[in-house]
Amino acid sequence: MTGLAESPIWQAFRRNPGGMIGLALVVLIVLAALLANWISPYPAHAGPIGDFGAITAPPSAQYPLGTDTIGRDLLTRLLFAYRLSLEMAVVVLAITTPIGVVIGLLAGYLGPVWSYALMRLTDVFLSIPPLVLAMSIMGFLEPSAVHGMMAVTAMWWPWYARLTYNLTRAEKREGYVLAAETVGAGVPHILFREILPNCLPSIFTKMTIDVGFVILIASSLSFLGLGAQAPTPDLGSMVSEGAKYMPEAWWLTVFPALAILLVVVAFNLLGDGLREALDARR
Amino acid sequence: MSAPLLAIEGATKRFSVAGREVLALADVTLDIAPGECHAVVGESGSGKSTLGGLILGLFPPTAGGLRFKGEPLPARRPLALKRAIQLIQQNPLSALNARRSVGQSIRLSLDVHGIGQRSGRSERVAELLGEVGLPPDYARRTPRGLSGGERQRIAIARALACRPELLVLDEPTSSLDVLVQARVLELLMRMRRQHGLTYLFITHDLAVVRGVADRVSVFQKGRLVETGTVSAIFDSPRTDYTRRLIAAIPVVSAEEAALRDRFRSPDLRDEEATE
Repeated sequence: MTGLAESPIWQAFRRNPGGMIGLALVVLIVLAALLANWISPYPAHAGPIGDFGAITAPPSAQYPLGTDTIGRDLLTRLLFAYRLSLEMAVVVLAITTPIGVVIGLLAGYLGPVWSYALMRLTDVFLSIPPLVLAMSIMGFLEPSAVHGMMAVTAMWWPWYARLTYNLTRAEKREGYVLAAETVGAGVPHILFREILPNCLPSIFTKMTIDVGFVILIASSLSFLGLGAQAPTPDLGSMVSEGAKYMPEAWWLTVFPALAILLVVVAFNLLGDGLREALDARR
Repeated sequence: MSAPLLAIEGATKRFSVAGREVLALADVTLDIAPGECHAVVGESGSGKSTLGGLILGLFPPTAGGLRFKGEPLPARRPLALKRAIQLIQQNPLSALNARRSVGQSIRLSLDVHGIGQRSGRSERVAELLGEVGLPPDYARRTPRGLSGGERQRIAIARALACRPELLVLDEPTSSLDVLVQARVLELLMRMRRQHGLTYLFITHDLAVVRGVADRVSVFQKGRLVETGTVSAIFDSPRTDYTRRLIAAIPVVSAEEAALRDRFRSPDLRDEEATE
């Protein structure tokens, strides 16, 4: 068995500077989020209580990114907000990917009736702008992080259905599928043991890029007040809260916005690097 | 002649391509005798692959039908009938799943049909690999890095694992190098003798047909033009079309033949078995 270091994917990935930068940033962000309790300067500031002596303090040695309107350290709150965002992205993708993939496999492999029914349903969801769909779902749910996650989940699976559908249609024409059919293998075997493994690299690549986009959409929802509620640190609500104090307390908006940008760019670079490495190997 | 293993009775197949009806196979009646190697020849588009698809049950005939050992073949085939009729594809590169090991690919046949004890199946896979001239440790490899000839041998092992009675060979050697072609053909013919198999050998290569087939059916534009023993077809073709096909076979001169004999190694087969 070849280890990761010798695997051709890693060899190809390593030569891609963008991908390597993305990987480094992602590792940094994930570690920072996981270790937020220990590495953030003021872990208590993740809650409702801040340092009343330093309200809306600009960036300084004591508070590297400044403090908010009730004296809470912004850096601490950003690290905790990353944790919430990453948790959301993982949960959303863990639910949407299997649903979308199964629908895509069925629609791509089974006859035209199935593919017509399933893909038109998918198109209905895809035709509504994602944020509008999520907002309308939030219209009859109480705003909270969990409900935000549910709304994002409902709008995310069609992308995986569409991707897997196209991949499956291409794989279906390969001789190995015909071979499994003539040997007499059943549909579940052909879908999950033969076709799916050949689709996984593209699906994983999309998942990587989507971590950034799920965070972006979730932040958009909370920016509108439809996501996590105070005092939970959340990137989107931090941007919208801070916007009230622009331009004087600029750090309240700029740093959370940059944090969103950073995480989206990081996962995009990583995903693009993965895609190129996998393509090079084909 | 004994009762046919497979009887094709007035089989017709129409496909609709972009709204247009295409007649791929027109009222074909043909018997395949048990144990014979029956070649099906014709240009591309002559309907020979459609015939293969009908026999494998990939799609139903538009009209007419097929009988296997006297019983009509239903549109939805039970496992036992699927097992009895197996396929060797033209392109061995795509015929094996790159993400499954060679062993898994061969073992699938055993698992699907419940052939042998569960515990003995890995051994059976090794045996099958041996039969097609590959070492047992190939079971753990993936197809990546294997040659076309090796992959075709694995595809043959996978088909044999089903213990088939009829093998549809769809241009099994046409995407291989010339040297490898001869060895894979040799292997196929040996397997036929050892397992008493019946072959439907689809090919456009008449030179190959002369070497391996018992009977030949010539197809043109979906119609069966003529059928007969190899010697009858080659010595006294009845139609112009067959004559033109035969005339297109490359001729080997006496000098070339002598040269070929000089360089032919007597143990070619063993060489490849260990390569």
